[in-house]
Amino acid sequence: MSAETAQNARGSGGASLFSDQRFRSLFFQALVIGLLGAFLVFIVYNTAHNIEKRGIQTGFAFLDAAAGYDIAISPFMEYTATHTHGRVFLVGLFNTLLVSFLGIIAATFLGVFLGVLRLSPNWLVSRIVYCYVEFTRNVPLLLQILLWYAIFLALPAVKQSITMFNDIIILNKRGLIVPEPLPGDGFMLVPVALVLALFASIFFARWAKKTQAATGKIYPVFMTNTAMIIGLPLLAFAVTGFPLDFAYAELKGFNFKGGVVIKPEFTALWFALSLYTAAFISETVRAGIQSVSHGQTEASEALGLRPSWTMRLIILPQALRVIIPPMTSQYLNLTKNSSLAVAIGYPDIVQSFGGVTLNQTGQAIEVIFITMLVYLTISLLISGFMNWYNNRVSLVER
Amino acid sequence: MSVTEQQYAPGEHPDLPPPLGEAGLIAWFKKRLFSSVGNTILTLVAVFFLYHVLSAIIFWTLTGATFTGETKADCDLGGACWLVIGDRFHQFMYGLYPTDQYWRPNLTFILMVVAIVPVLFDNIPHRGKFLLFSAIFPFIAFYLLSGGWGLETVDTDEWGGLLLTLVLGVTGIVASLPIGIVLALGRRSNMPIVRTLCVCFIEFIRGVPLITILFMASNMLPLFLPEGVNFDKLLRALIGVALFSSAYMAEVIRGGLQAIPKGQYEGADAMGLSYWQSMRLIILPQALRIVIPGIVNTFIGLYKDTTLVSIIGLFDLIGIGLVAVADVKWRGLAPETYAFIALLFFISCFAMSRYSLWLENKLHTGHKR
Repeated sequence: MSAETAQNARGSGGASLFSDQRFRSLFFQALVIGLLGAFLVFIVYNTAHNIEKRGIQTGFAFLDAAAGYDIAISPFMEYTATHTHGRVFLVGLFNTLLVSFLGIIAATFLGVFLGVLRLSPNWLVSRIVYCYVEFTRNVPLLLQILLWYAIFLALPAVKQSITMFNDIIILNKRGLIVPEPLPGDGFMLVPVALVLALFASIFFARWAKKTQAATGKIYPVFMTNTAMIIGLPLLAFAVTGFPLDFAYAELKGFNFKGGVVIKPEFTALWFALSLYTAAFISETVRAGIQSVSHGQTEASEALGLRPSWTMRLIILPQALRVIIPPMTSQYLNLTKNSSLAVAIGYPDIVQSFGGVTLNQTGQAIEVIFITMLVYLTISLLISGFMNWYNNRVSLVER
Repeated sequence: MSVTEQQYAPGEHPDLPPPLGEAGLIAWFKKRLFSSVGNTILTLVAVFFLYHVLSAIIFWTLTGATFTGETKADCDLGGACWLVIGDRFHQFMYGLYPTDQYWRPNLTFILMVVAIVPVLFDNIPHRGKFLLFSAIFPFIAFYLLSGGWGLETVDTDEWGGLLLTLVLGVTGIVASLPIGIVLALGRRSNMPIVRTLCVCFIEFIRGVPLITILFMASNMLPLFLPEGVNFDKLLRALIGVALFSSAYMAEVIRGGLQAIPKGQYEGADAMGLSYWQSMRLIILPQALRIVIPGIVNTFIGLYKDTTLVSIIGLFDLIGIGLVAVADVKWRGLAPETYAFIALLFFISCFAMSRYSLWLENKLHTGHKR
């Protein structure tokens, strides 16, 4: 304290206040705030002026106005041109979530598979995966999306559709047409059974682990749980008398009627996103597995563990700690990259709400603000979830 | 007496070649391709797969492709129709740049190579002088490309193709590095207000997709400016790209700053250096050196991301490609066009990633098992 006072005394008596670190810090922060404030005032003033001059409306009233344009893909809710811009927002949001969710799942499975293949002792396989990864990573995603879209649009026309499995699945340039499931009475029992089976298997896994810790007895957890998860819903399905029908597509006139049409816009985006992100994930997985020191493998072999146990009990738990943080950013990237849907017209939130609605209403500030807020929220949610998971798998250090 | 029965004193036996199956090509095949039944099956499947994919690719790109002709009707071999690339090659390279001024982008490109080489490699002679040239290169390039002062003025609307992609990429890189350094230092600053501002900016930019930032730059920026002041389309896109990449750059550099041992900071303080002196002389040279591979990787990402400007109506490589695909004369040749653009991007990005890998190996040796 006394030293500080002495320093202050010297500072005030000597050259300038600037020799005092605390004063300097305060001064610079005040300067930054002042500059930022001036900048904001400048922008707000200009914006207000420009908005008034151009006659742009402000506020969020446009969310209740009729949108007046069609959206081709709206799997979760009814949408027609008479619905509001608020509804457009919801449709776009769900489409973004849909393609991101399915993309994350596909990219994870494919990425882990490729990452393991990349480490295969088989030289040829490892090289093929290497080439795939390098090609995919070094070409812009936008180009890959456009390329997949071009490929899907180059499929045969409706009259020459490719049909598979006795006309059940139909593929043409308008999309992939699959039978529409029509659940009958009592079908609700099947998902209920599935949920029950899931809970039961979690419970059983915990119980088996506890028993093993206490007594050393090992139960076949994986087999039992698989049987339970597949068996219980099947049983429920059989007991209720197979209450499921399918509506098959039929060629009527110039197009197919019935069935679920999976549009090429969705498929192209989903393919491109999954394949692109899978290349990155495979590198993450490879790096994670390689980061586990070889001594760990040798020690586990010395203990007499089987190769599969070595992988599951020794390598993977340690590799996961390295894999999860970069995996999180890959998931975030995939979600953000899904906004490239705008290039091929898949109605995600950027294409429908941030694109068409913005152009129709001209309210750029509100629309872009809402769109950005959506992505920020999704980013926070995903990274929050992955942080929680990361905390669970990370080593507890003293 | 035959050779095998000859007796040797202990230690005198000449070295024999290893058995045929344990070394050389055969052993390699045995070990890497046919070590077990599963491995053999995997190899056979891979060979089958490779054969089909490669033969299809070679047929489409080379043997079944058409290289000479005038119109789409000349493409009747079943493979790719590369005529569209030849027909529009100048557009792919220069966009709508005036034909008689092509020497200017060409010269800029050559100067760019001269400016980049001393930045990438530290063992060339007279590196200091070359680096000086690298520092003033952006100004020379701007003058050469846009004109004025004796050169014919070329509007940025006429820039396009690979030229525009390179302009976006290089400007993004040049702008994002200093902004990124300032943001990274701000994020690690002791001043709470500066730190909070930097964290907010970085996390906000990293949380939203580039396309929304580009939308913001193209739709909202004109509203922010005083009446009469108007940025052209390219400048708006450049601001968006630079803001976006500087946030990512800041995180990479922060990683480097955190990796410097605390003793270095304390040592600099003990020497009586001011904050900026210690950063400039002690911390940043070490921190930046560590993160060069990360910076190069960010550059690769940025370079690929510049393609998004085609969505807001600029004619970079993809923008020109979209125009070519929409051309009635070449209808249906999207795969050829996109494959050509993909090849251009692959070459440059792959080269950059190889460089980053080479640098990584050079920077820390001895960590490998």
